[in-house]
Amino acid sequence: MANRQPAPDTPELRERWGNFAFNADYEAKAQKALARYPEGRKKSAVMPLLDLAQRQVGEETDTQGWLPLPVIEYVANYLDMPVIRVLEVATFYFMYNMTPVGKYHVQVCGTTPCMLRGSDDIIAACKKRGMKKGEVSEDGLWTLTEVECMGNCATAPMVQINDDNYEDLTPERLDAVLDALAKGEQPKTGTQEPGRHTSEPSGGPTTLKEMVSENHDYRGEW
Amino acid sequence: MPKVTVDGQEIDAPEGATVLQACELAGKEIPRFCYHERLSIAGNCRMCLVEVKPGPPKPQASCALPATEGQEIRTDTPMVRAAREGVMEFLLINHPLDCPICDQGGECDLQDQSVAYGRGGSRYHENKRAVTEKYMGPLIKTIMTRCIHCTRCVRFSEEIAGVDEIGALYRGEDMQITTYLEQAAAHEMSANVIDLCPVGALTSRPYAYEARPWELKKTLSIDVSDAVGANIRLDSRGREVMRALPRINDDVNEEWISDKARYQVDGLTRRRLDQVWVRAVGGPNAGKLQRASWEDAFDAIVKAAKQGGDGSIAAVAGDLVDCETMFAAKRLLAELGSDKLEGRQTGLDYDCSSLAGIAFNSTLAGIESADAILIVGSQVRHEAPLINVRLRKAAKRGAKIFLIGPEWDTTFACEFLGEDAGLLHDLPGHVADAFKDAARPAIIVGPGGLAANALHPALVLADEWNLVRDIDGEAWNGFNVIHTAAARMGAVMLGYAQKGGIKDVVDAAPAVLLSLGADAVDYGAFEKSLKVYIGHHGDAGAHAADIILPAASYAEKDGTYVNTEGRVQFAEKAVFAPGDAREDWTILRALADAFGVSVGFDSFAQLQSAMIEAVPALGEEGIAPLGKLPKGKKTPKAKGAIAYPIADFYLTNPIARASETMQRCSAELVHGDEILEAAE
Repeated sequence: MANRQPAPDTPELRERWGNFAFNADYEAKAQKALARYPEGRKKSAVMPLLDLAQRQVGEETDTQGWLPLPVIEYVANYLDMPVIRVLEVATFYFMYNMTPVGKYHVQVCGTTPCMLRGSDDIIAACKKRGMKKGEVSEDGLWTLTEVECMGNCATAPMVQINDDNYEDLTPERLDAVLDALAKGEQPKTGTQEPGRHTSEPSGGPTTLKEMVSENHDYRGEW
Repeated sequence: MPKVTVDGQEIDAPEGATVLQACELAGKEIPRFCYHERLSIAGNCRMCLVEVKPGPPKPQASCALPATEGQEIRTDTPMVRAAREGVMEFLLINHPLDCPICDQGGECDLQDQSVAYGRGGSRYHENKRAVTEKYMGPLIKTIMTRCIHCTRCVRFSEEIAGVDEIGALYRGEDMQITTYLEQAAAHEMSANVIDLCPVGALTSRPYAYEARPWELKKTLSIDVSDAVGANIRLDSRGREVMRALPRINDDVNEEWISDKARYQVDGLTRRRLDQVWVRAVGGPNAGKLQRASWEDAFDAIVKAAKQGGDGSIAAVAGDLVDCETMFAAKRLLAELGSDKLEGRQTGLDYDCSSLAGIAFNSTLAGIESADAILIVGSQVRHEAPLINVRLRKAAKRGAKIFLIGPEWDTTFACEFLGEDAGLLHDLPGHVADAFKDAARPAIIVGPGGLAANALHPALVLADEWNLVRDIDGEAWNGFNVIHTAAARMGAVMLGYAQKGGIKDVVDAAPAVLLSLGADAVDYGAFEKSLKVYIGHHGDAGAHAADIILPAASYAEKDGTYVNTEGRVQFAEKAVFAPGDAREDWTILRALADAFGVSVGFDSFAQLQSAMIEAVPALGEEGIAPLGKLPKGKKTPKAKGAIAYPIADFYLTNPIARASETMQRCSAELVHGDEILEAAE
């Protein structure tokens, strides 16, 4: 499991993030998130607000974003919550980055189905490009994290990079995706298997074949 | 009332009870770690598993399962036994086997339940988890590797103390209990988490490695650090009090005590007066305190009193003395022809003619049910932390709380109306409306209010709002006063209250002033008097004294105390006083001999009976008969900005001031910011 400890509380950190506040854009989004919950229940919005804060930090630093302690304190103030309660949430969920990450946060799934389908090679390919687990690469572009199941077992192996999934990977396909990202292009998201659309069975259906084109009543065959 | 059977025994469980409570009613012991009667239900330790029919055929957590009609509960089946063994084994997987060096050893829930319900050995061969220690302040020592994640401490700080500072970070195996950025837990009740912790993760820092529970002599006592009279147990070894722990008393302190009550005991061994001192009159050391014998000291006192003439003697009671001491002094003074007795050291002169008019009438437990509360001049967190806990409960139940006085950091929803006591005569409309609509209205006058002359105006309001009423046959008296001195109510009952306060004593200019551990008196006003300090700590009183007679602290004598409700409680003697120090009443008895008068008692038992004969209420534990709430006088009016008397919660009495632990708390928790600034 990656290091979930908050980045140390240093004077530099305070100086950089002490004045953090939602900009107009994010303020609107935050108010929208708050409006989803009834009066007196605004603490419920802690998760969307942490996400918004992380995204704004990302925009300000040109990375995926992370949650410095002053930003967590800002969210706590915003919701009138004790900071420790917000920190509990932030350290619990893996999607909140507690330390700085690169522009692209490459999260490789290493759980059993992906591992059986070759996630070790994917991780090796990432490392070959200079990424190290939990660290920001020298060019500031990449951070590699190994994560648990992302629910894409049918199209294993997969990586999640920022908000998009890239599935059915091989080291070559991953390289193509990462190269495109490095150039500032947006590669095709989802499955990288030619001819495959989403997570439908590769090579065509093996069961319920009669259901492909029309509705079929199997009950007589039981 | 759902009817359930527990191991074949049919019982009626109360409405809303859980299966665990039903089992307890049936006399079955259910092991548990996270469940605690006074905290919310978490259901995360899984130790309380039982078998319940109807329901899924698997063990169920009884603490979180409501008891319903017709349930068949089994606590003795192989399934339950196996479940307990399994949970125990899992809990012990990451728990270090360091009981021999653990301070919780001997009073550890995990240890006890492991013996009673565990399987006797572990099958775990992997490395155990280790967790870094977390700093939680000068009182709480943490060894977080021992933590079993019951979250009792988290729930205590959130629900009871009302200061969200402890939390559980990370998750799963990595879960760690900590405060935000490892700041010190800084509220007045923080150390209660030490008692709550079922393992040795949170232990007492000052008491670390001091003693084992089985070496300690346990004495039932009463806390004197505030006027709540929390029930405590003093654990002593030899002649030293090692620690103070709360006793359960739902009427007074539930099962909490303040940090000061718990940790001032290390002050009992420091700065003690353990011999007689007399200030030299002439010679090279004139004006300096010299060691002397009891006889010399008594002679000097008698001589001075004789010079002053009949009845030229007065007594001022300190904040920590017991009723017996005060009564013995009163008897002595009566024999000498004086009734100049006073307990309000700082010059307060509120009306003490009625006990009900200065007591916490709605009772500590009762204030929880109040639905509108007006607090006049009380920083409750500092003056009576245990009452603050009750107020928080009231606020959580929906009570509207208004405060008059400078703003402080409350732990409950409330509204500050302003700082001026004059507001009592001119309350905003919504406050008056809230009280008119309230079913159980209450007023609390604190020491700040008493000083600002707010007692009578508050009594007038009590009359106006009909605070004394009958609610469905139950008497309700919503008029309350919070005192800060453990001795106050007893002192008033024994007549230690002059009409004009201590000013009357000053005006009488007594030749001899007996100071019964009074440290807050302005002794400058008694320049002409021979000041005799009968007390236990070398504090302000002893510095000003001409003669010091070493006496016993609350831990070193039997005694009766009356708390702010008027509740009479007995404390027992835990240890002997150090050196030449004697129990206070014996000093006064010997002084009577020196004067050649008879006070009518030769033993503590005789003294006590004489006291009970004079004030029968002191003979019976429980709330003394306080009489009817008096009618308030319309004049003089309350006025002036309210000021709270307690500047530093940790250093309010001579014992606490002598305590290293309390000094550390004060330096770190009260003055921590200043120290940080100085360092920068």
